[in-house]
Amino acid sequence: MGFLNFAWDWLKSPAQWHGPDGIPVRVLQHLGYTALSVLIAAAIALPVGLLIGHYGRGGFTAVNIANIWRAIPTLGLLILLVVLIGFSAFTWLIPLVALGIPPILVNTYEGVSGVDPDLKDAARGMGMTQWQVLWKVELPLAVPLILLGLQVTAIFVVATATIAAYIGLGGLGRYIIDGLASNNYGEVAGGAAVIVVLALAVQVLFVGLRRLVVPAGLRQQARASK
Amino acid sequence: MVWSWIPQNWTSIWQYTLDNLLLGLLPPIIGLIVSVPVGIACVLWGWLYPPVLSLSSAIYALPSLALFVVLIDYTGLGNLTVIIPLTLFSLCILIPAVVDGLRSVPESVRQAATAMGFTPVRRLVQVELPLAVPVIIAGLRIAVVSSISLASVGQLIGVPSLGYFLIDGFQRDFPTEIYLGIALIIALALICDVILVSVRRLLTPWLRGRQVSAGPIRVLPITAGRM
Repeated sequence: MGFLNFAWDWLKSPAQWHGPDGIPVRVLQHLGYTALSVLIAAAIALPVGLLIGHYGRGGFTAVNIANIWRAIPTLGLLILLVVLIGFSAFTWLIPLVALGIPPILVNTYEGVSGVDPDLKDAARGMGMTQWQVLWKVELPLAVPLILLGLQVTAIFVVATATIAAYIGLGGLGRYIIDGLASNNYGEVAGGAAVIVVLALAVQVLFVGLRRLVVPAGLRQQARASK
Repeated sequence: MVWSWIPQNWTSIWQYTLDNLLLGLLPPIIGLIVSVPVGIACVLWGWLYPPVLSLSSAIYALPSLALFVVLIDYTGLGNLTVIIPLTLFSLCILIPAVVDGLRSVPESVRQAATAMGFTPVRRLVQVELPLAVPVIIAGLRIAVVSSISLASVGQLIGVPSLGYFLIDGFQRDFPTEIYLGIALIIALALICDVILVSVRRLLTPWLRGRQVSAGPIRVLPITAGRM
């Protein structure tokens, strides 16, 4: 019958579109988990990344931690936490935030420390304070890489929130986990289709965001260098 | 932690470790074989690269679990169902790595090789690809480490890997198994990572004694760890 047929049959049934288990509620839940985790991760990683990038210290450690971070199996971390402390908001929020920090941190660091030293000299020569150099020169120039870091974190969190359904989290992963448990492939296929659309929509959101917040000068430069 | 559980289950631990190793290594290897020609094509014909890059960032954004279950209908519950998505993810990392690596070769080097009488093909094989090795291996390290760690998710649909110990430990409420599963996955990933670093050292003797930094990361999948 094929994946698309299964997905379509499940999606077109009106029952999926209402109530607490309906697709709209699950989509909102999934977006909510994602937004919350990315915001908390950014609130921690952005200032730290800006500071170590500005002062140029600790960057090596940050990049190395990010490498080890890739090896950590998130499914294992989620399961371990639920076995040790039981299921609560922290059980999923801690892994999502902790594992969402490295991409933002590393990219912010790389973005700020990669700013041309001549530009920083020029800024200081114009009489800017340390703070102004960071805020008015380094940060705007680092925006493209910082956005990329946020995007990677968002991708990561959307995917991990899906897996977290296995330990009892709501959101779109529920359809896959519940469908697998009850041998209902229609539900699995429909859920997967909605997740794919959501993941792509998040990507598109970041492409739009890049148009909005990347300084006009940098965009022209990027176009010229192509 | 029930230490005695480990020697008692030695055979199954070994078996699942091998399964996980296969799922973790095969996708990056296939990915490498495919991405070298594709990457070369993208460098030769520049217009090809932007669409390839957009496509790979789009694929890279898809949750592994969703891709696994999409494939169940076509490839059943076998290894392929996990290997295909992990190969796609590896490609998303490796194609940009090959392109970045080839583009990092200085123009002066290219001109020198041409002046010495290298034909374009020989120049590519003997000069440009060897010089691109550090960047390609940087990509390969990411692909291998994330494939090894991602393979465990395949256990959710029943494809055997070290994820078995995570799920079994969860269902039996037996933390020893979960600790063991996590530790083995991380150990496997780090061992493969160390091996790849040594391979890079062997292949790039001219970099010896120099601090090789990963450099700023410009391509989306390169920074990405994922699930």
